[in-house]
Amino acid sequence: MRFKTVTSPHLHQQTGVNQVMRRVLYAMVPGITALVWFFGWGILINLALATVMALGAEAAMLAARSKPLALHLGDYSAVVTAWLLAVALPPLAPWWMTVIGILAAIVVAKHLYGGLGYNPFNPAMIGYVVLLISFPREMSAWLIPHGIGQPHALSLLDTLQIIFGGAGSLPIDALTGATPLDVLRTQLGLGQTVAEIRNSPVFGIVAGRGWEWATAGFLTGGLWLIYTRTAAWQIPAGLLGGLAVMATAFYLIDPQHYAPPWFHLWSGAAIFGAFFIATDPVTASTTPRGRLIYGAGIGILIYLIRGFGGYPDGVAFSVLLMNIAAPTIDLYTRPRVFGERQP
Amino acid sequence: MIETGYQQILKNGVWTQNTGLVALLGLCPLLATSNSVVNGLGLGLATTLVLLMCNVAISLIRPLVRPEVRIPVFVVVIACAVTAVELAMHAFLPGLYTVLGIFIPLIVTNCCVIGRAEAFAFKNGVAKSAVDGIATGLGFLLALVLLGAIREVLGQGTLFGQAELLFGEWGKSLTLHLIPDYRGFLLAILPPGAFIGLGCLIAVKNVIDARTQRSARLVLSTWQQKFNESSPPPPQST
Repeated sequence: MRFKTVTSPHLHQQTGVNQVMRRVLYAMVPGITALVWFFGWGILINLALATVMALGAEAAMLAARSKPLALHLGDYSAVVTAWLLAVALPPLAPWWMTVIGILAAIVVAKHLYGGLGYNPFNPAMIGYVVLLISFPREMSAWLIPHGIGQPHALSLLDTLQIIFGGAGSLPIDALTGATPLDVLRTQLGLGQTVAEIRNSPVFGIVAGRGWEWATAGFLTGGLWLIYTRTAAWQIPAGLLGGLAVMATAFYLIDPQHYAPPWFHLWSGAAIFGAFFIATDPVTASTTPRGRLIYGAGIGILIYLIRGFGGYPDGVAFSVLLMNIAAPTIDLYTRPRVFGERQP
Repeated sequence: MIETGYQQILKNGVWTQNTGLVALLGLCPLLATSNSVVNGLGLGLATTLVLLMCNVAISLIRPLVRPEVRIPVFVVVIACAVTAVELAMHAFLPGLYTVLGIFIPLIVTNCCVIGRAEAFAFKNGVAKSAVDGIATGLGFLLALVLLGAIREVLGQGTLFGQAELLFGEWGKSLTLHLIPDYRGFLLAILPPGAFIGLGCLIAVKNVIDARTQRSARLVLSTWQQKFNESSPPPPQST
């Protein structure tokens, strides 16, 4: 009688790129739902446009590099990039902005560096930063969340017309406004204290009204990603920890001029960035200790850019800066190989 | 030493060993001043003039300079040439001088100038050194103008904008507005645009080189085939 011998490994982890990417997409659904509720159809139109463009650009680049189309298009990585970028764009961003951002992300940041697995920078954030430094005015014009000021929710047709054909006769300037972090920044510059600014109708319970619910949605999805071990817990922990330590320190020094730590954690893209952007397995650090350092670095940089830099939020720049540092961090935090001496 | 003909010197300077696209020397002025065609043209012409003056001067004083002290001598010669060009531009092209600013005196630090002095002018005669200076300068000018054109069209939608800085009043009519009501693409004007644009230019040059090499090989192989066909077949062994 013959027994079939099977060599190790005997336990297989049944996760491929495909499944990881799909989980990230599922995890974004609660946050996106909240965004659509408060900001209207624009979010969904941006998502759809970005997805179509990303798949098209990915297919074109794969064909140009003579790589198998079905395998790489089916891994959903282009869709994840598209969604991450689309969520970061203002809901009424003109169509050509989404197109330029996606092209910068997929063509330049991903495929010119060698495709998935070889890109040193997070493609979605490259696309976002290209748009942010090229079109600062359009990128800062966010819709005022539904429920503040006049309750003028744009219909689907109006939104389509604004995105693809320009504002026309629609009162677009009355509908857009500064983001909460932008308001905080401008008002602090005018010499007001944090407590006075907090009375503005833009702010809700913890952070920006409307915005805070989107953040809660992304936190839920992010915790699920950690629970399923799709994302490493060290990166969000390091990021939020670094941001919290910085914000607490400055808040204790002068609560009049520095916003409280809970406001910083719950505002802007801190939570979204911590769970969805910084955890990109390709561009982040890969060792356990390295991930903590990488996350903390992003958190500290976010606080420095918000507090002392030229932009209201700094998640994209911080992630890109730490992307460059990730290989060095990995080099110095390599775990000891069993039986080897500590280097 | 292999003697190089004038044609070869020209081809090396402008294409094969292009300072900006192959040797990647003098990247700082190349990236910083190439935000429009006119800026690129201005700095390219100034650099070409400096290269010509330095190469001629250095090949002239070649017999007088001991090799041990050649580098300090090069530096003095280059500094004199750059100062002369800078003062001339300040006197005759004050507008362009203000726009280019620090990058005119900084030609003195451009590695391609001392590079050509060391690699060519110190080993060759006056005429050849002069041609080499012009060819290297033209190669740098070509890279500057091409990169400037790409960045200006993408960033502002114009071509030859502010040409009056270089050509006087009639230059205003040179400005082409390629895209009416262009909103501007700031990235192309900002430093990242320079890096991305230079990367694309180098890629295009490599593609052209690969194509010509392939077609040259093709021509060679067809020629060999024809030669083989026309030559009598080897005698059959019976």
